[in-house]
Amino acid sequence: MHTGERPRTPARARTRTRTRVAVAAACALGTLVLSACGAAETGKQSLADSNTVNLTAPSWVGAEANTAVAAHLLEEELGYNVRTRQMGEVLAWDALSRGDVDAILEDWGHPQEEKRYVEEKKTVVSGGDLGVTGHIGWFVPKYFADEHPDVTDWRNLDKYADELRTPESGDKGQLLEGSPDYVTNDEALIKNLDLDLKPVYAGSEATQITQIRRSAENRKPFLTYWWTPQWLNAEVEMVEVELPERTEGCDADPERIDCAYPKTPLQKFLNADFAENGGRAAQFLKNFRWTEDQQNEVAQMIAGERMPAEEAAEKWVEENPQVWKKWIP
Amino acid sequence: MSTATAAPTDDSRTGTTRNAVGAGTARGPARPAAPAPLAPPPAVGRLRRALDPGTARGKLARLALAAVVPVAVAAVLWGSGTWPAALTVDATAPLDRVSDWIVDNRETHWVFLYVLLHWSNTAIDAIDGVYLLLRWLGWAGTGTAAVLLSWRAAGGGRRGLRVAVTTAAVFAACGLLGMWEPTMVTLALMAVSVAAAAVLGVLLGLAAGLSDRVHRALRPVLDTMQVLPAFAYLLPFVLVFGIGSPAALFSTVIYAAPPMARLTAMGLRGADPGVLEASASLGASRLQRLRTARLPLARAEILLGLNQTIMMALSMVVIASVIGAGGLGDEVYQALATVDVGRALAAGIPIVLLAVWLDRTTAAAGERLDDPVRADGFGPLRTWAARAAAPAAVAAAVTAALAARAAGATAWPEGWTVAIARPVNLAKDWIVANLSEGVPVVGGTLVWAGNFTEWLLNPLRDGLQAMPWWSVLLLVAALARLVGTWRTAATATAAMAAVGVLGVWGRSLNTLSQVLAGLAVTLLLGIAVGILAARVRWVERALRPVLDTLQTMPQFVYLIPVVALFNVGRAAAVAAAVVYALPAVVRITTQGLRQVDPAAMEAARSLGATGVQQLRQVQLPLARPALLLAVNQGVVLVLAVVIIGGMVGGGALGYDVVKGLSRGDLGLGLVAGTAIVCLGLVLDRVTQPAGARTKQ
Repeated sequence: MHTGERPRTPARARTRTRTRVAVAAACALGTLVLSACGAAETGKQSLADSNTVNLTAPSWVGAEANTAVAAHLLEEELGYNVRTRQMGEVLAWDALSRGDVDAILEDWGHPQEEKRYVEEKKTVVSGGDLGVTGHIGWFVPKYFADEHPDVTDWRNLDKYADELRTPESGDKGQLLEGSPDYVTNDEALIKNLDLDLKPVYAGSEATQITQIRRSAENRKPFLTYWWTPQWLNAEVEMVEVELPERTEGCDADPERIDCAYPKTPLQKFLNADFAENGGRAAQFLKNFRWTEDQQNEVAQMIAGERMPAEEAAEKWVEENPQVWKKWIP
Repeated sequence: MSTATAAPTDDSRTGTTRNAVGAGTARGPARPAAPAPLAPPPAVGRLRRALDPGTARGKLARLALAAVVPVAVAAVLWGSGTWPAALTVDATAPLDRVSDWIVDNRETHWVFLYVLLHWSNTAIDAIDGVYLLLRWLGWAGTGTAAVLLSWRAAGGGRRGLRVAVTTAAVFAACGLLGMWEPTMVTLALMAVSVAAAAVLGVLLGLAAGLSDRVHRALRPVLDTMQVLPAFAYLLPFVLVFGIGSPAALFSTVIYAAPPMARLTAMGLRGADPGVLEASASLGASRLQRLRTARLPLARAEILLGLNQTIMMALSMVVIASVIGAGGLGDEVYQALATVDVGRALAAGIPIVLLAVWLDRTTAAAGERLDDPVRADGFGPLRTWAARAAAPAAVAAAVTAALAARAAGATAWPEGWTVAIARPVNLAKDWIVANLSEGVPVVGGTLVWAGNFTEWLLNPLRDGLQAMPWWSVLLLVAALARLVGTWRTAATATAAMAAVGVLGVWGRSLNTLSQVLAGLAVTLLLGIAVGILAARVRWVERALRPVLDTLQTMPQFVYLIPVVALFNVGRAAAVAAAVVYALPAVVRITTQGLRQVDPAAMEAARSLGATGVQQLRQVQLPLARPALLLAVNQGVVLVLAVVIIGGMVGGGALGYDVVKGLSRGDLGLGLVAGTAIVCLGLVLDRVTQPAGARTKQ
């Protein structure tokens, strides 16, 4: 409290000067670190080397099968290290553009992202067809459709809204949805077709499957967002509900969609830089192409038999050399 | 209290009735009734009495008077349904533009090239460095280092032995569960983020401790951070830094630094003025005083701050797996995405064990400081032993690492693992098959979940959503005014209105309904258990270790069992929230009841009150402040987990955040995040007893 009045001794003055010099030096160093060392390296990754391939680990099993088999072959046959990372579909596009991820092996159609990254920024290039054709739609179990054949027409869905009710959907019929990041037009469809339904998000494919299996065991009616190819279709027979036919440009505006989902040849996409300089790994991923049945075989092992993905991939690779030998560059 | 001076001091005749009403609120000191020089006409007196801000009725009457005109105008202008569209602001479009700008410019703009990317690369280098070190040390070296350093931190000798054994057990368990590799990834991220958070926290704390202006500016920020659910602000980091460890690191540092800053400032401010005066009179400069007197005096607080920072960092590192942190959290996250409870548990157990290890070790280090006489257990050899301990530990770790390398075993031996996933999944399947439905009498967990959703969550949500928007605001204002001041009411109402303005009114009320339902269950269970623990000694003794463990567990871990028991949906989210908030409520209730003046209890007993009467008429009323605190703590904790519940089907705002995160949709995610923060503020303000804030 009295420091201000006390005369300054030489020793104190020296301390002060030293402090000031130290502060000035620290400031200078800080500025140096922050600005003087030039532009930062972009696209730097953790523990990266040219021998590591980064793949996304998608949240649905079909795509998990692609990644597992590709990773197994890259590691065992081509001698690469593979790192897989879980992320949403749209974020995966962003990561692909940045180079955090080298390839997406199964894309269900993201026109907005395709336009931005492939056409405008040119940071992503197409990797060709996966060989599998995907189709999204609304499905009901076969036992329900057998009982009420007219449920397979969307115009009659309102009639069955009462039977599709659950505590989560309140006074409307429940349309079971999967993960929040799946490609879906369902909210727009319900609105534009004026249906007495409410989408209820299970949160992930696995929880959706759990719900479907439980309903099927109790022979309860349900309506779900679902897709083919899907390994579960072999276990629970489902029938597609016919949505209004597709017309030219009916899905141009996401808010106004009032028609069925298209049939999508699933695509692979590679980071542009990786596609050019990725060597054998990039060539292998471009060559990677299999059929719905082959994919389902692996997916069934992973999800149906609860086998770890790596083991399932190993088993399939051992049994099907004639398929994958063609992919190795 | 400021209201005391503004209160009308008109007539002493009504003093008695007023006090009788005032006693009902049992808050604030009794105001002295001053004799009035001139009695006003009786009608005015009655009006004044009705508007007396010292009573609950008076507060509400004043609020009603102030609100009647705006509410009438608002109701006429914008109707009485849900939040009026005319009063919303579209925040999504500008946010989407910001997001587009970031995506288009992040490889070229100078802000990224010269600042942010440097941070990001430095973060990657630091984390990789630690990770590579841990990997080089191998399991033997890392384990040895951890055990010896924990032993040293706990004071060495026999005192530290318990901590050392705990550490060894924790690391062995991580390895046995086949989680060694992810544990090391988590530890590396933890080490860097705790170091950064501690430095940032101490710097902020120093500034706030030494300067009143900084303290005033920082306090509301730190207060808000305390009610901020971790999940709410991950998204901007993803956009700027991409998915990966830098984003995880920075969000963790921001989440974990506040307790360190708060406690450092508190320690510096609470320093004994006598000591400081003595130090100043001995001629110490400001810097010397800080180094030799203020900081050492604040040591206990700073260590407590470090303990809290470490625990929060662990909690966040696990949650940050959603944005690519990797490690144990990622294992849990991936397993949850496939509803593989066994795998999630195998990764969840190491998280809990790490939490226990870090908590015990830092707590033991803190106790050692509190007890300077037996500063450590080295006895006569203590000086050289204490000095040599750390280098010796490092040397031992390096030796162990080299030995293991020579033997060619740096990775955890493959045969030394116990696969628990399959048995756990079998057990889970059994539970789902046998306990979920059709259990005689009690029904089963899925039946409960269904009933809970149908009979409590749905009516509550629909009721809240059907309320006229202005009545919700009015209700918030009334509740906040009852427990606090005009300012509290204004803050709470503004925060609630902000939710509407952002255009997420309905979804926020959905989240609110889950929080309220969760809070009700938490309080019911928590206070019941608390009363039991306060009255029965052995219950408390049995509960204490359980509560200790539960309180150190990261929020994420609670999602695992509820998915197994209640399936996906709002009921599961609420159940996780209840379990998470329960320990704090039980503990506060027990303490509050225990601290009731023994003389009052004795008096009640001697008057012949039965046990129930004692509880109802003496203990519970006297423990009121503690119970209110329990409500406040409970509501903040419940909110935090209800939000994370978006990952297991909780819907509403939490779902929006998850969706925004998985799509990189800034508009959606940030709006939901802001709404969550506002909701947190509302809930905190309407439950925060006025005393708690004025006490600071």
